[in-house]
Amino acid sequence: MAQRGIREYDAKRMLAKYLPEFSDGKFKIPEERALVTPEHSIDEAAGEQPWIREKKLVVKPDQLFGKRGKHGLILLNASFDEAKRWIEEKMNSIVELSGVKGRLTHFLVEPYVEHDEEYYIAIKDDREEDHIYFSTAGGVDIEENWDKVITIDVPINKNIDDVDVKAELSKQLSGDLLDTMELFVKALYRFYRELFYTMLELNPFTIVNGNEVIPLDTVAKLDDTAAFWMAKKWGDIEFPAPFGRDLTPEEKYIKELDEKSGASMKLTILNPKGRIWTMVAGGGASVIYTDTIVDLGYGNELANYGEYSGNPTTDETYEYAKTILDLMTREKDPRGKILIIGGGIANFTDVAKTFQGIIKALKEYKQKLQEHNVKIYVRRGGPNYQEGLKLMKELGKELGIPIEVYGPEMHMTRIVKLALEGGEQ
Amino acid sequence: MNCNEKTRAIVYGNQQRAIQRMLDFDYLCRREKPSVAAVINPTRDGYIKVFFGTKEILIPMYRKLEDAVARHPEADVMVNFSSYRSAYQTTKEALETDTIRTIAVIAEGVPERYERELAYLAKEKGKWIIGPATVGGLRAGAFKIGNTGGAIDNLKSLKLYRPGSVGLVSVSGGMVNEMFNIIQQNSDGVYEGIAIGGDRYPGSTLVDHLLRYEKNPEIKMMVMLGEVGGTKEYEVVEALKAGKITKPLVAWVTGTCAKVFPGEVQFGHAGAKSGSANESADAKAAALREAGAIVPNSFDELGDMIKQVYEKLKEEGKIVEKEEVEPPVVPLDYDKALKEGMIRKPRNFICTISNDRGEELMYAGIPISKVIEDDIGVGGVVGLLWFKKLLPEYARKFIELAIMITADHGPAVSGAHNAIITSRAGKDIIDALASGLLTIGPRFGGAIADAAKYFKSAYERGLTPEEFVDEMKAKGMYIPGIGHRVKSVQNPDKRVELLKEYAFKNFPKTDLLNYALEVEKITTAKRNNLILNVDGCIGILFVDLMRNTGMFTNEDIDEFINMGGLNALFVLGRSIGFMGHAMDQKRQKARLYRHPYDDILYISPEEEKEMFGGE
Repeated sequence: MAQRGIREYDAKRMLAKYLPEFSDGKFKIPEERALVTPEHSIDEAAGEQPWIREKKLVVKPDQLFGKRGKHGLILLNASFDEAKRWIEEKMNSIVELSGVKGRLTHFLVEPYVEHDEEYYIAIKDDREEDHIYFSTAGGVDIEENWDKVITIDVPINKNIDDVDVKAELSKQLSGDLLDTMELFVKALYRFYRELFYTMLELNPFTIVNGNEVIPLDTVAKLDDTAAFWMAKKWGDIEFPAPFGRDLTPEEKYIKELDEKSGASMKLTILNPKGRIWTMVAGGGASVIYTDTIVDLGYGNELANYGEYSGNPTTDETYEYAKTILDLMTREKDPRGKILIIGGGIANFTDVAKTFQGIIKALKEYKQKLQEHNVKIYVRRGGPNYQEGLKLMKELGKELGIPIEVYGPEMHMTRIVKLALEGGEQ
Repeated sequence: MNCNEKTRAIVYGNQQRAIQRMLDFDYLCRREKPSVAAVINPTRDGYIKVFFGTKEILIPMYRKLEDAVARHPEADVMVNFSSYRSAYQTTKEALETDTIRTIAVIAEGVPERYERELAYLAKEKGKWIIGPATVGGLRAGAFKIGNTGGAIDNLKSLKLYRPGSVGLVSVSGGMVNEMFNIIQQNSDGVYEGIAIGGDRYPGSTLVDHLLRYEKNPEIKMMVMLGEVGGTKEYEVVEALKAGKITKPLVAWVTGTCAKVFPGEVQFGHAGAKSGSANESADAKAAALREAGAIVPNSFDELGDMIKQVYEKLKEEGKIVEKEEVEPPVVPLDYDKALKEGMIRKPRNFICTISNDRGEELMYAGIPISKVIEDDIGVGGVVGLLWFKKLLPEYARKFIELAIMITADHGPAVSGAHNAIITSRAGKDIIDALASGLLTIGPRFGGAIADAAKYFKSAYERGLTPEEFVDEMKAKGMYIPGIGHRVKSVQNPDKRVELLKEYAFKNFPKTDLLNYALEVEKITTAKRNNLILNVDGCIGILFVDLMRNTGMFTNEDIDEFINMGGLNALFVLGRSIGFMGHAMDQKRQKARLYRHPYDDILYISPEEEKEMFGGE
């Protein structure tokens, strides 16, 4: 996959574990934090960590979205009872953030820390260097105060000790604090780099007692392709789905199918009442088909984004097709429905073989497809495509359902236009 | 990155199929020499055998890149098929050689930090990386990376064996083949097409290749297929604005649909994620259009745009269409021809009992999962593989009973003894087993088959038990299956009791056993150890079993007995014991056995003469 967001809880867990090591024992980060979920209540957490009942607390959702303060989703300086009540009220509730609705399920509980200074640090990747951003004016308004941010670049072929961090930091700091911060920046960078982070932001953070770093708010992303090397260091890490609605049972089913298989199968339901359904082979081609539907002005009628690739077995395409056929024959549309079975010219995938699974599903849904007045458009190329297309053509006659079938001679997305606007190619 | 029809490559990874596809392309292009000079396989050296046209050739295979490089300094491309785990190391190694100038990295899932390091190193050394996470690319009529362009009939129908005028660069590798098709249908085809791969930090980017195409006078126009996410397309925008790209560029950015998706969506490619507004497909398309690229309103119009630009260039005389060349016929692979029903071949072997070619292993037409699900047992499997029949439960159980009862009979019998001696001679379990099995025949274990044969024959000929006994006596033969060294009427063999009990209880009929018991009455009247023994009982009951299932004709039964089927039953059971004895000796670390002198009577030829007289 790629860069994936991780929970604040996990980022801080790793910081607490490794920052001492990366700073030669100079810094430490408090270990006191707990994640409360529907399966792990604050009472259970307090049973494991008694401070939760004793100290004043900070509580906030930990689900890969920011601006929690602005949405009234941070509880500060609260007692255990207050925190408990607050979490109980919020747990499993649906909230809308920047137009995305989702369920609150994970809450980070930490001790409330009185502090004066709020610093900002962020490390981000770029093609030829990593950028370290630092400011003594940390906090929610950092973007408005961007002129007060120092940028330190670490070229990809250099390490942090080759970079004059001190000189840059001295623009804002001096004395003991400058020395401390230099060490901290270097340690944090080593942590970021050695553990394959691609983004790490502590905003704000503060330093107490000269060596205790308190990250008040943390955002982090890991490069999950490094899991082969990092599994042990990362520990029990979860890559949560981006904040949004819960998966439907059908999406979940395809996701599980996808995880079990060496092939790839994706399904996102956009509008279950939509008239236009797609089942497209190939990661690139599936996006282009979806684009074309949207570009032709039919985005609001598009029911799903669907993709299968990587030479799935006949059984897998059967399960996949069945799921989509079931979804698209639930609610009737007086204008009938459209199913687009598209794809580019495959490199290796045996077209006839993958079509066999789809055909089996179509046969099972014969009656429903007739009742819902479904029209099917097929376009595909690649190994054995002639055979696959022949099977599809024969199927149309057998089922008594209009199936239009095209090969590479037809422009890949032309069936979209044909399906939506009618007429000849 | 400057390849032509002389370019040769080292392929990292034993990718027979991809290499064959490269060579088929070479042949189609009428290349003089195949494009693959050597193969790296860390676990084996030697050579691989591939076709170059109709001829079979050998391509040397090395364990180490340094050896391949030393022997093949003319190869300046490496096609790297190593896995995502080792792609970084192997690519770095190739970058550090003197001779390799371009590396295509196929693996998907290479960490971004590694990709960035490789890209930096390549830039420092003035070398090219294509990928990771790509199928590669090709120069029409000259050189092809790995699996680009798919199967041979596709390469041919898209006329990729001769150069056209269009330079293509795509993010997606999967779409390259389709793009070749679109370009071929709307122009004289591609000159070169590269897929940079869908990762966030590919080794070479869109603009790198477009700038290369800009400098190549053979390329008259360019096509680019970008993607939502990342900022690679803005580098192209900058190059357009700076006047570094002057040839017509038809561009499309996929992922315009992201705007209708709720929240953040990760598409198939690692770099394709709808993040900030300027990484959206619409924003990039608008910026490209503004900078002078030709951007259609939808992918659907991409072909028409290419055609318009191409026709205009032709009108202006910038493109002069070349005369078409006829490519040589690449011989069809045997497997493909067979699959398509174009050829046929008489088979040398016929198998009717099992099939391992489908999705699931089949025993006599029954999938292995059903064999397990229905719990038909070893007896059922014997029925399927020996008779191609699903025997009824009582028959399956009887076979298992026979296997259990014949599994061993102590260390002293000839077969077990042989197995023990062989095991102690340091030979392995298979040798010990084989040595034991070789003793099975007319004297050892053979009574099962003979008993079945003689009793069945006598019964069928309507002989009374007395007549049968007399007939055998007249022939001077013992009755097979009758008689035991130790056991007798008073001291019956438990095993025989068990078999009889089972048969009386479960078999629909036991005609032959009843007949044999009548015979036993006569023989035991003569001597009390002339009882029906275990071999006889198994052989006779097996005939009863086959007669009563209604699944076998009398000819089937005779055929089974005559081919040695009942010996096979004994072999099956007793193998368990022989192997057990061999293991027993191995665990004891028993040493080589030497028979003691005092157990052998030595007789010299002189003594023998003396004893027997004569010459």
